[in-house]
Amino acid sequence: MSLMRSFQVASTALSSQSLRMNALASNLANAESVAGPDGQPYRPKHVVFRPAPILGEVAAGVEVASVHEDMRAGPKVYKPGHPSADANGYIQMPNVNPVEVMVDMVSASRSYQMNVEVMNTSKQLMLKMLDLGRG
Amino acid sequence: MNLVPEFDPLFFSEAALRMRGYRQQILASNMANIDTPGYKSRDVLFTQALREQLEGTAYSNALPLSSTSDRHYRIGGSVPGAPALLYRMPMQPSLDGNTVDVETERSHFADNAIRTEAAMTMLNSVIASRRMALTGNQ
Repeated sequence: MSLMRSFQVASTALSSQSLRMNALASNLANAESVAGPDGQPYRPKHVVFRPAPILGEVAAGVEVASVHEDMRAGPKVYKPGHPSADANGYIQMPNVNPVEVMVDMVSASRSYQMNVEVMNTSKQLMLKMLDLGRG
Repeated sequence: MNLVPEFDPLFFSEAALRMRGYRQQILASNMANIDTPGYKSRDVLFTQALREQLEGTAYSNALPLSSTSDRHYRIGGSVPGAPALLYRMPMQPSLDGNTVDVETERSHFADNAIRTEAAMTMLNSVIASRRMALTGNQ
């Protein structure tokens, strides 16, 4: 039944968007993480989506294709007293731009809301469908 | 009461509802893939899709299936097929190749939902009138 598929499609979108939101939260939380377990500054993570075909259907959901790490170096900040400072007193900061992350977060939250709306509408239609012929 | 299937209101409403559900599913997958790079927004031409459903020619665009016996299933007969999917022309193409436009999809989705309800109301009234004919409104 097609309306059931709308549920399935919207739920794949919800879980993918929430994974993206998790990655963004992690980026924002680690904006000041100068040294991770490997001694390197934190690398921001970006989630890449791809369509996820549903067996026997033309409609496609969405899934996370990869979580890509941003390898670009962040800014250098002069902090001579810092334990991770180099010989010249500079430390390597993670390449997290809070403005970029916030914009991405608004986009993720909008997409999430829209797919919740798809689910709600499909639910209402299916409930009406159950009442067919009762009038 | 009309017993020719193409003009039977019960048959018509059922086909319309089925197509509405199908389109709902297509629009849902467009909205799910709003942030997928390279995804192309798709839709069906509803009038054409419904006509194909009613006439049973939904497979007309597909490869013909040759049969060697009259008892084989006929493709294009009573078997309902999936209508052809078309690509939506983007109003503002984006750099990542995604052609899903939020406003367009949302408005089509809302429109489709309302029309699904309309088809259900129609079907309900057909059922109610037939029930009345059968029971004499007892």
